[in-house]
Amino acid sequence: MFPIPTGSLLALGAILFCIGLYGALTKRNLIIVLVSIELMLNAANINLVTFSRLGVGPNISGQVFALFTITVAAAEIAVGLALLLAIFRVRKTTEVQDLNVHKH
Amino acid sequence: MVEYAWLVPLLPLVAYVFLLVLGRRAPEGIVAGVSVVLTFAAFLISALVFRSVGQSPDQTGPYVFHWLTVGTHSFTVGFEVTHLNALMLVVVSLVSTLVLLFSKGYMHGDERFPVFYQYLNLFVFSMLALVISPNLLQLYIFWEMVGLCSYLLVGFWYFKPEAALAAKKSFIVTRIGDVGLFTGIILLFLASGSFDYSTVFTAAAAHKLSLGWISNDHLVTLAAILIFVGAVGKSAQFPLHVWLPDAMEGPTPVSALIHAATMVAAGVYLVARCYPLFQLSPAALSTVAWIGGITALLAALIALTQRDIKRVIAYSTISQLGYMMMALGVGAYAYGVFHLMTHAFFKALLFLAAGSVIHALDTQDLFEMGGLYKKMKLTAWTFLAGALALAGIVPFAGFWSKDDILAAALESGHTVLYVFGLIAAFCTAFYIFRVYFLTFTGQPRDPARHEHAHEGSWVMTLPLVVLAVLATIGGFFNTPFNGYGLERYLFADSPQGAIGATTPENVGLMVLSVLVGLAGIGLAALMYWRPAIQPEKLARSLGFLYQLSFRKFYLDEIYYAIVVATGKAIAAIVDFVDRYIIDGIVRLVARIVATIGLGLKYTQTGQIQAYTAVAAFGVLILVAWAMWSIGGVL
Repeated sequence: MFPIPTGSLLALGAILFCIGLYGALTKRNLIIVLVSIELMLNAANINLVTFSRLGVGPNISGQVFALFTITVAAAEIAVGLALLLAIFRVRKTTEVQDLNVHKH
Repeated sequence: MVEYAWLVPLLPLVAYVFLLVLGRRAPEGIVAGVSVVLTFAAFLISALVFRSVGQSPDQTGPYVFHWLTVGTHSFTVGFEVTHLNALMLVVVSLVSTLVLLFSKGYMHGDERFPVFYQYLNLFVFSMLALVISPNLLQLYIFWEMVGLCSYLLVGFWYFKPEAALAAKKSFIVTRIGDVGLFTGIILLFLASGSFDYSTVFTAAAAHKLSLGWISNDHLVTLAAILIFVGAVGKSAQFPLHVWLPDAMEGPTPVSALIHAATMVAAGVYLVARCYPLFQLSPAALSTVAWIGGITALLAALIALTQRDIKRVIAYSTISQLGYMMMALGVGAYAYGVFHLMTHAFFKALLFLAAGSVIHALDTQDLFEMGGLYKKMKLTAWTFLAGALALAGIVPFAGFWSKDDILAAALESGHTVLYVFGLIAAFCTAFYIFRVYFLTFTGQPRDPARHEHAHEGSWVMTLPLVVLAVLATIGGFFNTPFNGYGLERYLFADSPQGAIGATTPENVGLMVLSVLVGLAGIGLAALMYWRPAIQPEKLARSLGFLYQLSFRKFYLDEIYYAIVVATGKAIAAIVDFVDRYIIDGIVRLVARIVATIGLGLKYTQTGQIQAYTAVAAFGVLILVAWAMWSIGGVL
């Protein structure tokens, strides 16, 4: 199997994270924001798996941890979507700009 | 009998608690009856104690039990009966009984009649307990309690602003002295590890009282003078005498009991009780003598011109207390205590008689009185007995004690003090007969008031008669005729055995002091009875001197200028610092924070994404800083 260098994998994780961050900070639709957050989480998962295989001390627990993270992320996104639905019912919108009740 | 001495203070306490339970609506008869009966029982027990102490002086205690342990020190409470204590018990309980009886008539109809009796009973309890305290700590506790009762009773008519002010003044001025007393007690405790009189005195006599920074002799002098400062406050000696005349705002029975016969004598008692300590320090003794002498003269001079009947008698009290201090100071221990006893009788009498007059006329101004002899014969006669005793005319009580003091002052080499005492004696005779003539002789100056004047009921006249008898014959407790009975009684318990040796009677001095007294009476008669000299003219020709006396040597004004004005100036500075500097800093901090907040509120957009962007940048900066500081890839 062709070995993929560690740097490339970490770069993939970093790029994915930056795309996620960009999306989370700029998109107006809350659903897209949630998706972007998922991207950031998965970037972290790629890092975990990378170090689990190619780190200083290769170890299976990195992959196990990534599985846990995916599970927790699934649960989290369920809660996030539920909140989103609740907000939509009350305010009839999913636009981020409209949710500014905390303005001074 | 001595072991039952604790019953003496207990009975007034029982009366106090009983009245407290009875409440404010209790009928006057029951309130006064219970108080008088219980206090009279206390007097009977005191008399028995007095007798049995004289018969078997070795069974006098102290009877103490353990109270508490602090560190390695254990404290006891209890009681002790010495010859001095026994005498004080008798005097205090006797005068208290009579005053409680008198108050029944004087305070009749007052809304807070039961409260008045509560306070009085509490006072009698505290005073008797003070007298039989076996250690300085217990004494100090009751010392403060009598001060508290004095405060409550002076301010009894608190709705009069003068009374409220006078109560405050009397409390604060005596507190100044109390601080001295407390310091002295603590000093003795630090040096000897005990509050007990006997332990302290024994250690002092054995030159064992010393601390790291002070030797035995200096410590004894310092402690004695500090204790004397307490006595100066309580006994209204110069320069802390200013509270006593103002304390006359209280009801007259209070003046008679607290501010003439008992509480103000507590200072004299304290010096007498600590006499073994004072004897070790000639400096302390001469301080006592000089303060006493100056007070006696100063107060007598002020009393010459006062217009208020109670104030004249109050200054007279200060002056007589000065005599007692002078006697103790020149070494005439027994005479000081003797004068304390006779003074308690005749001064309580004068106050109660004055109270009877005030009750009848409803004024205290001497120049609104006059001609009362026809209406109040009994009061006039009893007042006359008290006045003669105070003026020191043979054979009334004051003659024996005052003459002894003057003779002792001369023979101990204090010629100046003797002259002071003699001048004061002249003034005493003058001012008290000025009061007598202005009140009882001549024509009524205020016919409207005179119209309604009448003698009080038997509760008011009986105490007058009893006290008048005592003021007349009280001096015979200690005369050449009974071999100086009181002196022998008092000396029985002095460990040194030589407290104030008996001075041989000097007939020349006796005659001289009686002549001085008669001269004073004569002058008063010429001015106020058979007016040969116009008082107003004399006052005008004396000019400044008259003003000096009338204005009480401007001492109140001087104290006001020095103490009160200084206090106000300090308060103003503190107020400025607090208001503008401390509060200013606080307000400045608040202002800065508020300004920052106002600026920062524009960052609060409510946009989650903006917040997150800031957070992300923050993390970026932190990461960059962390990598730079550990020397990483950046």
